[in-house]
Order: sequence, then C-alpha cells, then structure tokens
Amino acid sequence: MAVTEHRILLKYADEPDYSVDIDCYLEKGGYETLKKALTMKPEDIRVEVKNSGLRGRGGAGFPCGVKWHDLVDRKSGKPIYLICNGDESEPGTFKDRQLIHKDPHQLIEGMMISSFANDVQLAFIYIREEMPLGARILEKAIEEAREKGLLGDNIQGSGYSCDIIVHRGAGAYICGEETGLIESLEGKRAYPRMKPPFFPAALGLYNCPTIVNNVETLCNVVHILKMGAEEYTRIGRPKNAGTRIWCVSGHVRKPGYYEVGAVTMGEMLHDLCGGPLPGRQFKAIVPGGGSMKILRADERFKGKDADGNEIEYGLEDIPLDFDGIMAAGSMSGSGGMMVMDDSVDILEALANLTAFYAHESCGQCTPCREGSLWASKITARMCSGDARPGDLDTLYSMVGNIGGRTVCPMGFSTTWPVQSYIDKFRDEIEERARENRCGMGRDERLIQK
Amino acid sequence: MSETKQDDGLISIFVNGTEVRCAPGTNMIDAAAMAGMEIPHYCYHPKLSVSGNCRMCLIELGLPGRDRATGKPLLHDDGSPIISWFPGPAIGCGTKAAPGMHIKTQSDMIKQTREGVMEFLLLNHPLDCPICDQAGECSLQEFSANYGQGYSRFVEEKNVKPKRTVLGPRVTLDDERCILCSRCIRFCSEVAKDDVLGFIDRGSYTTLTCFPGRQLENNYSLNTVDICPVGALTSTDFRFKMRVWFLKSTPRIDLESSVGCNTEVWTREGRIYRITPRRNDEVNDTWMPDSGRILYKAVESEDRLNACRIDGEERPTDEAVAEAGRILGEGSVAIVGSGGSSVEEQFLLRQLGDAIGGAPTHLVSRIGEGDGLLLSRDRNPNIRGALITGLIDELPTEKLDRLGAAIDDGSVQTILAVGEDLGVAGITEDQLKKVRIISIASHESATSRAAAVVLAGLTVFEKSGSYINQQFRLQKSLMALPGPGGAVDDRVLLATLVARRTGERAPATIEAIWEAIGSTITQLSGVSFESIPETGRLIDGTAFDNLPFIEEETLHFQPAVP
Amino acid sequence: MKLKPETVEIIEKVIPRYPEKRSAVMPLLHRIQEDQGVISNQAIEWVADRLEMAPIRVLEVVTFFPYFRQEKLGKTHVRVCQTLSCALMGAYKVGEELEKALDCKMGTTRADGKVTLEYAECLASCGTGPVVLVDENLYENLKTSELEPLVDEIRKRSEAGEESKERSGD
Repeated sequence: MAVTEHRILLKYADEPDYSVDIDCYLEKGGYETLKKALTMKPEDIRVEVKNSGLRGRGGAGFPCGVKWHDLVDRKSGKPIYLICNGDESEPGTFKDRQLIHKDPHQLIEGMMISSFANDVQLAFIYIREEMPLGARILEKAIEEAREKGLLGDNIQGSGYSCDIIVHRGAGAYICGEETGLIESLEGKRAYPRMKPPFFPAALGLYNCPTIVNNVETLCNVVHILKMGAEEYTRIGRPKNAGTRIWCVSGHVRKPGYYEVGAVTMGEMLHDLCGGPLPGRQFKAIVPGGGSMKILRADERFKGKDADGNEIEYGLEDIPLDFDGIMAAGSMSGSGGMMVMDDSVDILEALANLTAFYAHESCGQCTPCREGSLWASKITARMCSGDARPGDLDTLYSMVGNIGGRTVCPMGFSTTWPVQSYIDKFRDEIEERARENRCGMGRDERLIQK
Repeated sequence: MSETKQDDGLISIFVNGTEVRCAPGTNMIDAAAMAGMEIPHYCYHPKLSVSGNCRMCLIELGLPGRDRATGKPLLHDDGSPIISWFPGPAIGCGTKAAPGMHIKTQSDMIKQTREGVMEFLLLNHPLDCPICDQAGECSLQEFSANYGQGYSRFVEEKNVKPKRTVLGPRVTLDDERCILCSRCIRFCSEVAKDDVLGFIDRGSYTTLTCFPGRQLENNYSLNTVDICPVGALTSTDFRFKMRVWFLKSTPRIDLESSVGCNTEVWTREGRIYRITPRRNDEVNDTWMPDSGRILYKAVESEDRLNACRIDGEERPTDEAVAEAGRILGEGSVAIVGSGGSSVEEQFLLRQLGDAIGGAPTHLVSRIGEGDGLLLSRDRNPNIRGALITGLIDELPTEKLDRLGAAIDDGSVQTILAVGEDLGVAGITEDQLKKVRIISIASHESATSRAAAVVLAGLTVFEKSGSYINQQFRLQKSLMALPGPGGAVDDRVLLATLVARRTGERAPATIEAIWEAIGSTITQLSGVSFESIPETGRLIDGTAFDNLPFIEEETLHFQPAVP
Repeated sequence: MKLKPETVEIIEKVIPRYPEKRSAVMPLLHRIQEDQGVISNQAIEWVADRLEMAPIRVLEVVTFFPYFRQEKLGKTHVRVCQTLSCALMGAYKVGEELEKALDCKMGTTRADGKVTLEYAECLASCGTGPVVLVDENLYENLKTSELEPLVDEIRKRSEAGEESKERSGD
C-alpha cells in the first residue's frame, strides 16, 4: 500500500477554492483555537506544547515547549518578544513559502496563541526579501485579523493585546540564524552573537528575552492546542511527534513538498516522489538542507531494532524524522531533501554548495570567513580542470578547523558537506581530481563557467 | 581544592593545573596571564567590549562535574572534583572565571585550533612584512611564529582590497592587512565616542572604512593604530621612519594637561621617533590624545636655544650663570615659574625665591577646553606640584596683570622667568624693556630675546622629573634623550643659582633634591624618586581642597564637589 | 534627495512601530530603494539622521545585504537561482539561454538600462526548479526549450511605460 501524505498544516492550502482571505480561514474553523487559548492560562498552554513534544522545524529540532517553559527568562521584568523566523534560506527548503503564501492566517493564529502563551505583546515575522508577495500577503492578513479583533488591542475583549510587525530581510542567509536575525532586526549587520551569554531566551532582541520559532513550528501550535498534546504525540514516532513538511528537490519524478507523519526515506522517494527519473538511479541524498552530511543511495547503516538486536539497514529504510536521520549520521535539519542521481558530478555539487556558503558567510569570525571562501576556491579550481595533488587533503583537513570553532553553527555548513562528500565519494572525487576533467560529460553543469 | 570564596573575595580557578586566585568574572585571558601563561588573541582588549570573533583565544574548558540527577558534585576517590571537559574549545575572552573552573591553554586540540586560525588569518594577508611598519610588534608575526604551522597550503588568488588609504590626517589604512578584529571600531564607538569606522560588504570581502566624506580625525585617532594588532592602521607620521626593534622606549608622562597620561617615548640614538600610551588603569587606561603625541617635535625645532647668552651675546655657561646669580642679588626680583616644570624644578625655584628674600612668585595658567576623556581644562601638567612645594599658594591666572602693574610702578626691577614666555602671559614689549630679565628656557621667545641673561635649558624630554596630576597623583617621567651640547638641565641651573645666593651647596641631583623635599614637604615625606611606582602614587592634597580647580570630569577623574 | 510624499508617509508610520528607532533601518532602506531605485549616500545620511545613527552604521547595513543597491539596476530585475537543487535541474542552461534571448551578459545591466540579469542564491522554491524571479514574480519549472513565455514577460515589463509592478495594500 503506497504511503500518502498526512495533511494537517497544508490541509486546505492547495484546494482550488481556498484563498488567503480571512473569510476562507474562518469558514474552516480558523481562529477558534485562538479563542480557546485566550480562556486558558498561558502557563497551561506552554505545558501543553511541552507535552506534545513539538520540536523546532527550522533546523535544530530543539523541543519548542522546553524553550518556552524552561528557558525563557520571565524574572527580568523586561518585555518578552516572539519572532517568527521566515527567512527560509537553507538550500533545498521551501516549506515555509507554502505556509506563508497559501495559508497565512494559520501562521498568524499560531503566532497569536504562542504570543499569548508567553506573555508577548509584540511579535515579528522576519521574512526574506525574495518573498515580496509573501510579505504583502502577511501584512494584509494581519490587517484582516486586526479588523476582526483577532490581533492588536484587547483581542476578543480578553484584555490581551499583541501586535505583529512584518520585517523584510534583504538577502542574507545568516539572518536565518536566530541571533543573526535578532541583530538584523535591531538594525545592524547580521553578525550572530556569542552563546553564552546571548541565548535569545535570556538576552535576545534589545537584550530582552526573545523566542525565535520557525514558521512551521508556530503553525503546529494551532493544531496541538486544537487536538490536544496527547493526540499530537500519536502522529509520527516517539520523540518525533507531529507531521513534517518535507521538501524534496532534484532528481525525482515528482519533486515538491509533502506533509507526512512517520514515513521512511524509501516511501518518500518512491511512493510520494515517484522514484528516480527515467533511466536513472539514485546516487546520493542530502537529507536536511545543504549544510547536512550527504548519504549515499547505496549506503548501509548499523543500528538496533526494537528488541535491542543489532541490525543493518539501507538508505530507504531510514525513518524520515529527527532521530532516524541522526542515527544514519546526518541531520534532518530544515527538512529540505536534495536528491542526486547518477548523472551528477559530486565534486561539482560540492563546489556549488561551498560557493553558496562562502557567499553567505557573514565574515565576523576568522574560520568561516576565510575557510568557506577557500573551500569554494579550491573546489571551483578543481572543477575547472586545474586540480593539484594535495588539494583534497588540504580541503578536508582545512575545513575541520572551521566547524565548532566559530561563533555560530554556520561553520558546520562548510565542514559537513566537504568532509562527508569526500568521505562518502572519495574514489569518485579522487579520480575526478586526478584526471582533471572538466565536468563528467553529463548533462548538467552545476557551477558557473 | 579551594573552590569556595575566601575572605579576600577571590575564587580559585585552574590554568593548566595551576591554581590561580582571581576575582569572580575575571576574563580567562587575564586570568591566564596572572599565572604567567599566554592565551594568544587579537580581538580581545581589556578596555573594550568583548567581541569574540578572531577565535584565536580558543581554550579547553572544564567544569566540576555534577551528577545529572542529584546535582551533587562528582568526586574522585581522594575527594578532588572530577572535571568534565567540554568536547569542543571555548573562547577565552568570552569565558568568565567561576569557582572551580579549569582551563587548558596547551593541548593537542588547542595546538591544532591555533594552527588552524593562524592559517586562516594568513590566507588573504599580503606579504607586506618587508614594508610594513608593524613588523617587530605585530601579533600576526608573533603568534604565527609561536603557534602557527610554519607553512602555507594556499595556492589560490588572495583577495584584493584598497591599500594606502588616507583614513584621516594622522592614520593610514591598508585594508588587505586588516584581520577584521573590530578593535578600532569598538574603540571609536565606546571610548572616543566618535562612531566613524565600520565594516562594509560581507564575508571575506568585508572591508574597514569610513563613511565617504567623513574621516577618522578625532583627537584619539592614533589609539586605533596602537591597538591594531597588525599593520592595517598605521601612523602616517611614523610611516617608514624606523624599524621598531631599533627603538628604545622610555616611560614618561604626557605634559599636555593635568591628566598626566602615561606614555612611552621611543628613541634611537638620541632622536625621538614616536610617542605611544603606557597603560595605567588609574589614569589613562591604554589611551592618550593625539595632540600629546606630536609634542616631541619641539625637540628639534629651529628656535632651540643651545647656548647661554649675556645681553644677546653667546657666553659660556658658568659665566652666564654667575652673571645671573649676581643680578638676582640686586634690586627687587619677581619670579615667574611654570606649571610645566617638574616638582624638583619647582622645589628648587622655591628655594631660590626664599634665598632672594622671598621673591613674589607667579605662575601662568593655561586653560583649554576639556574633552571629558583625557584632556583636561588645565593645560599645565603640574600646578599641583607648585602648590605642594609651596612655590605658590593660590591658583595662577592666565595673564600676569599683577606683575605687569608691578613692573609699571617700578616695584619690580628683575624678573626670573623659568620656562615661560612673558609675552604670551600678557607682559607687553614696553614692560619687558623696563626690567632686567633672566630667562631659563629651551626655545627662543620674546622673553629670551629681551633677556639680559639667557640660560639655555632642556625640553622636558631631555630631563627626568616628577609631576602631580589632577588626581594629586605623583608620577615620574624619565629622560628619553640627551639635550644639545650647549644646554643645561634646569635642575643644575637652578641649584647653582641657589648655591650662589645662599653660599651653600644646593641639591642638584634628583636623589639629593628628594632628600630635601622629603624633609621639608609634609605630604611628600619619606618619598624618594625611585620609590614612586610605575603607575604613580597618590598624595594628600586636602590642604588645597578650598581652591577652585578648573578641571571637569575626565576618564578616571571626578572633580570634587564644591 | 526627494522622496515621494507617499514614501515619507509610510516611513513616518513605520518608525514608531519599533521599540527602538534603529530597528527601522531596513524598512526605511527598502522604501527608499523602491522610491529612488538606489540607495545613495545622501539617502544614507538622511536615514542616519532620522534614526539618530552614525552614517557609517547605515552604510554597513546597506553593503551587508545584496538586495540593497548603491548602483541603479535595470528597469526589470531578473534573477536566476543557481543553488544546488535548481542547478541539478538545469538552472545554468536556463541562465545561458536567457543571456542569449535578452542579449544581456549574466551579472550585468544591459546597455540600454532596461534589464538586469544575474544569478541569485537559493530562492526557496527548490521543488519547482529551475526558478527565475522577475521583479516580484516567481517563474517556476522552467525548461530551456520553453522559455518563450518568460522571455516575453521580461520584454513586456522592461518596455512598459510605467512601473509595471503590482502593488497592493501598502
């Protein structure tokens, strides 16, 4: 039986007569959950979210309820802010785009409930510049909600007030990093902050306690409160509750976004995405956005089954969630899966990604600033037919000095791809480097001439 | 095993296993330095906010382990705490000392980390050492020698950025050498309060610059040159003049104002090449104004006096001194001393005044605008020295009106001017003609031209002496270079004059003068020149509490509330 | 620098919404760029003055973000996503075709000032790649053999007399 989607967040998004107007959303029962939330105690909502096991959908997978309930500093007396991170920039990821453009009120309701649960009076949506229509859709949706007394002053007569500001980015991936986002929101260059001490939950926007949550995470809050935490935990797998909107791109027949509960990699790739392109074979998967370690299509993994026995399994058996992919040696990250088939020159794919990260490096700290550009220069040179002996060793060992030595986790965005691509495809890359060919004579070139 | 605070408020942390006692919250770089161990760093500066971006100060960090469930400390059999080490390195500058903290500044991981960071820093760095002024005092050179891997694996093209930019009237910028530590930006913003520097562009192309049309021209711009760890920001005045390893540094005081910034004066073979600040956490931190750095130019100015004169004709020193001594014995004498003279000189001048039978003594006040930082309103560095030595007992005026009146009514016939130009102080050419002047000075002026006897003295750089700043802090300033052949140290001149008038030997060496000071001035009893610490010594100025000192608030100084 | 009255009105409404003035830097820069097409140094000084910041602090932000321009773009801004997913689906071929069809070298503004064509980083629509962003409109699932409609649209926009961007709800 082929697996199908389990649409909760995207339930109405692609229906032909569903629009972004508030009337459509209200018709489907929208904002009823907010009204229910306003009758609850904020602390109870936080506990409910904590019990649901909701993990952040932005990349780190940190338990949302733990962040809200245990980490936010509520003793400082300073205002608490909520920021929706809509700066979706991780290569391969495009789920937040759907939620923003197709069902903006779900996000707004999620933000309002989350704000109420955390005593927030002012929330922000930081949306990337490359989604200008999305920004307008959100601004219009906010005004619609305000008109209906669902946002702004004295919401539904409850005495609770909260406003949302839509703040447009201007083309920086590093604004997806929560402290980089906060710096940008404060009007500065998006240089991520040192943690400790600048954990946003304690010292965030204007050095006030700040919650930064992903778009999808906040949308999930509506459904958690609607169905209850217990019901929510039954979707997905233990410790990986809820649905996830997976984004699959690259060499599959049906690339796109798929909201699913517990599925395996194979079910996603074949049942939902239609398998490889005609006449091709899967070669490699980057499971969670460009920063994550690559997996070979023919890779074998060691694990334990439910009874604790050692088992071996393949790529297609990997459960598609936080823990499943982590057990396979990578991370589910932002849920942006990039599929590569046997037409792909792995070294060029690597050159493409290292160029991206070099371009997006903020430049604040030495290892990422210099190392990411160096990795990009080496891989580009190797792809141009000028590879030299020792390039791979230099590249591999050099990037080892980046990840973990930097201010923010972006250092890993160069380290993980370079080291995992070389680890998993060493023979191919070495042969490529040795023979010094330009491209593999296949269809697609993956870097600029 | 002392993890708890003892009475002194200090805590114990462990650097490479060695216990270090420090205040809680001490920065790890400073704490390690207390143990004599260096944590190499670029962007950290003890007087600026922590930036944490160079990543050179990465160290291993460990905390006493605690049982996850009970929260109780985990202990070895012998009762010592089990240290759980963080798997990855942490930055030293961002780590504040907490009880029981352990750090490692030497280990395989840290060696690797430092080699990595050094390699990255040198990646796009130009091979400028042979033409770069920073060579010899460059952190990149030092740390790559000590901690780098010793070879380069980089075969790509280096980034090109603007070189030789005139950032301001005194500072030159080479953007290729810049390692983007942001010290200069933080300094301008936090200390100089002149937000004029910033980074533009992104990633490895990030470049330091000013806004077009603006310049780095505030009176503290050269401090950015001091704190720049590499040769990106350099002093235009010093550019290409001298290699720093040939320079000798002498600790001195900036005599520009009563702040008394501590300085280093750098010389080679009897020439001064530059002045930089010297750290004193009680006075000037690590800063000094730009205007104080050019004062050394006066040493080689064309109107230096390097020969004594009698009635305009050059004469050997002892002749001139003898003539001066004789004149001082005739008629009524007034003394014009200087707030720029040292305590020793002022003491001798007082003795001379007494020896002449109590000559009225005037000083000349110099008032400028205080900048709230390191330049006070009082542009005399040592008015308080004159007060303490009893040379004067009230604050001086800018113009010598009383003296002028005394000249006009004939009650003063001789003026001994030490280190002051009477013309600037309001005495007219006519009035100068009415009296006989003995001028002790280092430079030509209207006074020395009108003087009956000119005794050629030395500039402050050529003398050792002590000065009392606005905090009533006694600070010493050492001779940096010898004076020209024909000039004589003011101390010697004054002591000889005293001897001539009293008929007894007068102290001329600093040690001898201080013996005399110690036995006559109560606030300075028991003090010797040598015993004055590098950072100075506060003395009791309460005797002068009622005087209307003109200084306003500056760094580390609050004027007394009237 | 003269801003349209609507722009000034919007700016004055935006600034007080933020708890701290400086946060309004990016919204102001967006509005000014929409209004003037570029962000001149004069505009930077205006923003700095209005938000009580040093001008260099504003310049820092302008140059950090690629979207903020100090040089005028062509009338129509065409961005071709080049990041991995789109590249895997043929983005570079699309880019080359557009270069030819629009007679504009990649990464430049055409001599007549009507079109700017450049590569951009991940535009967050990887599932429908290759994608091209023309001003504010996203064109997806592009094939080199079927670029006519896109090219026509670009030509139409770049020749249009008035600003052809749709704006609503501002």
